[in-house]
Amino acid sequence: MALVYIPPQMRGLTGGQARVKASGRNVAEVVEDLERVYPGIRERLVEGVRIRRGISVAVDGEVTPLGLQERVGEESEVHFLPAIGGGRF
Amino acid sequence: MAMRTSRRASAPAEGQYQIIGTRPLRHDAVDKVTGRAQYGADIYPSGVLPGRILRSPHAHARILFIDTSRAEALTGVRAVVTSRDFPSLEADQTLDMGEANFTLKALRDNVLASDKVLYKGHPVAGVVAVDDMIAEEALGLIRVEYEVLPPVISALEGMKAGAPLLHEDMHTDAFGKMSDAPSNVASHTQHSLGDEKRGFASADVVVEREFHTQAVHQGYIEPHNATVFWNQDGKVTVWCSTQGPFEVRDATAAVLGLPVSDVRLVPMEIGGGFGGKFEPYGEPVAALLSRKCGRPVRIIMSRTEEFESTGPTSGSYIRVKMGATREGKITAAQAYMAYEAGAYPGSPVGAGALCIFAPYNVPNLLIDALDVVVNKPKAAAYRAPGATNASFAAESVVDELAERLGLDPLDFRLRNAAKRGTRRADGIAYPRIGCQEVLEALKAHPHYRTPLTGPNRGRGVAAGYWMNGGGPSSCTIRVNADGTVYLSEGSPDIGGTRTSVAMQAAEVLGIPAEAVRPMVVDTDAGGYTSGTGGSSVTFKTGMAAHEAAQDVKRQMIARGADLWNVPPEKVVLERGVFRCTHDPKLSLSFAEMAEKLLETGAPIVGNATVRARGPGGAFAGCIVDVEVDPETGKVTILRCTVAQDAGRAIHPTYVEGQMQGGTVQGISWALSEEHAYNAAGAMMNATFLDYRVLTALDLPMIDTVIVEVPNPTHPFGVRGVGEVSIVPPAGALASAIYRAAGVRLDRLPMNPEVVKKAIAGRS
Repeated sequence: MALVYIPPQMRGLTGGQARVKASGRNVAEVVEDLERVYPGIRERLVEGVRIRRGISVAVDGEVTPLGLQERVGEESEVHFLPAIGGGRF
Repeated sequence: MAMRTSRRASAPAEGQYQIIGTRPLRHDAVDKVTGRAQYGADIYPSGVLPGRILRSPHAHARILFIDTSRAEALTGVRAVVTSRDFPSLEADQTLDMGEANFTLKALRDNVLASDKVLYKGHPVAGVVAVDDMIAEEALGLIRVEYEVLPPVISALEGMKAGAPLLHEDMHTDAFGKMSDAPSNVASHTQHSLGDEKRGFASADVVVEREFHTQAVHQGYIEPHNATVFWNQDGKVTVWCSTQGPFEVRDATAAVLGLPVSDVRLVPMEIGGGFGGKFEPYGEPVAALLSRKCGRPVRIIMSRTEEFESTGPTSGSYIRVKMGATREGKITAAQAYMAYEAGAYPGSPVGAGALCIFAPYNVPNLLIDALDVVVNKPKAAAYRAPGATNASFAAESVVDELAERLGLDPLDFRLRNAAKRGTRRADGIAYPRIGCQEVLEALKAHPHYRTPLTGPNRGRGVAAGYWMNGGGPSSCTIRVNADGTVYLSEGSPDIGGTRTSVAMQAAEVLGIPAEAVRPMVVDTDAGGYTSGTGGSSVTFKTGMAAHEAAQDVKRQMIARGADLWNVPPEKVVLERGVFRCTHDPKLSLSFAEMAEKLLETGAPIVGNATVRARGPGGAFAGCIVDVEVDPETGKVTILRCTVAQDAGRAIHPTYVEGQMQGGTVQGISWALSEEHAYNAAGAMMNATFLDYRVLTALDLPMIDTVIVEVPNPTHPFGVRGVGEVSIVPPAGALASAIYRAAGVRLDRLPMNPEVVKKAIAGRS
């Protein structure tokens, strides 16, 4: 299962946990798995069919332009971050 | 006199590269030094007319009505436009514009205000006439009635309860959770590692300080310019000075309600950008005027318009607290950062938050980063945007910590230096980085080992980080019969990038750099390429050029195999010569093979597109010696050395140039530059006479040390070099001034008035 780093402002939804495990073949499935365990997370991260404006997602250390479609491996690290410069960096 | 040095910490093995690391003359050199290079002001399409912009005299006001009838009636005026001339739009559409991020409505309103003006200089209307004088006269005939509102001039002011609101419908976005009440704080983000309270409790020394910085301008010599023709077939051509041809094309198309394929943007040579030329300003206005009058229209900003109406970088308020053990290990760090976004959200506070403690391993950390709108032009990127403000604050505290612990400032930094695996503020682990190597290079440098003697003199050091960028890029290489190749790419050339890109292709093909003819093409002629910014071009477009050259190589090897009637795997290209591996008599140089292409088959064109990832990040460090005149407060730079990790220096001269240029800008920012506003929100120093940029007359030669810790994600190990050197000078200077004059300054610029006042206060 991937290790998901929870942004500080969302840790109220995870009982204060900064890191949680979640399963999924891509970021979208990981978000769905998180939502099952921590309801309310999806609304904070997703808008329509995309990652919410102002948020980037990094998988294994790289901010990805693919957003929810980025593949996630069994040992991946997933970070949800404030977007910088339109999410390019 | 300081000598220029260029030391390479991890030089390539002897003979590893033929071209990489050499110093060929840049391909645009002759045109640039003879004045033949074509800049935006040099283009004269047939029938072009001058346009002008009417701008708000108020920093904050509602527009009650605009009457353009008298201007339209003036003989010689061909058209007048306001925001009413834009087509209607979808709410909330967002545009990713390289180093900027706008909603479409905000972008349109910034180009031509609709209901409110949000800074002095905010465009309100555009005019085109048969000559400049009539256009100017027409501006004076446009009647605008305003309801003047109180302005907000700083982030702290904007955050106070009861502060005037710039946008009544804006709420604070706290990572997807919106505040109940409207606010001038557009967003509040946090980073947290470990437990900072526990970290501070375990520290033996804790230092907490507040810092203030002012907005500063990128100060490019060439002002914004746009020449636009809206043809009768509905196609729009834009010639302009821009860092982001595709971003500005897309933004212009969106603002005008056009498909992107109807807008062709031709990027002219660029006389400086530094991050400030990613947004459209005059382009959509000139387009609307051109559509109305049926002629090309040119709008060129004056210097005052540049200062009053284009994005500076953010002024800021930053509070930093750091703790360390007596053994010199940092245990905790905390920062509260409020950056001025200008009229619309989008300051670089997010980047600043990532960079503020980036050179260090900080196990316990809390950062609050706030993006605050104020009545100034919308902030734009400026060379490592957000990082210089942050580094000034953090490095000043690091210096004070080191002093209180009795440790050498470089040793303290080395003891805590970030390495591969260290967690950044956002929790991501660093890949291979060169922070330690940069600090070691400074410590080993003769500058650091030379005692500084004399009264009123002091030495300071600082480190800095910039994450760099990647992104999409495209490249096409066409082989010519004479053995040269044309290389088409879409990255406007800043600092010699067409040459650094060409060199990478040359290395693959084994031909001289001069045999590669690079050209920056327009948005119709080349594949999508994200803008020249984020120190990304040598990285991403170099990667694309490398791949395109590999494509050429494969095709030419196949052609050679056909020619020699051998399998392709028996043909190799080594140092510019095609050989058959089992018959040494079968060999042709690249030029000889190129000559045979048309008689042996089709022309050869290599293509590549990349989405370059893994820019790797870059560190820089600075040592500066100063002398402070206690009577005037003037700070004289005696000596300055900068070390920077370039990954792999493709063209060392241009790497050195970027290091020196960034350092000079950092010094000028620290000691001299600021947008000075009065209480009404008007900039009081909107020309270069009063906005004092330091020049070559003010500074000694900047010594450079190129450190090379190759970036594993790039075929040649490249890391971006264009930005990070602007980051450390402010912190280094603050420490140097302290050692020279006994005062720790908490604001930028540290100009003579500020220094003198601080010395008098200490006395």
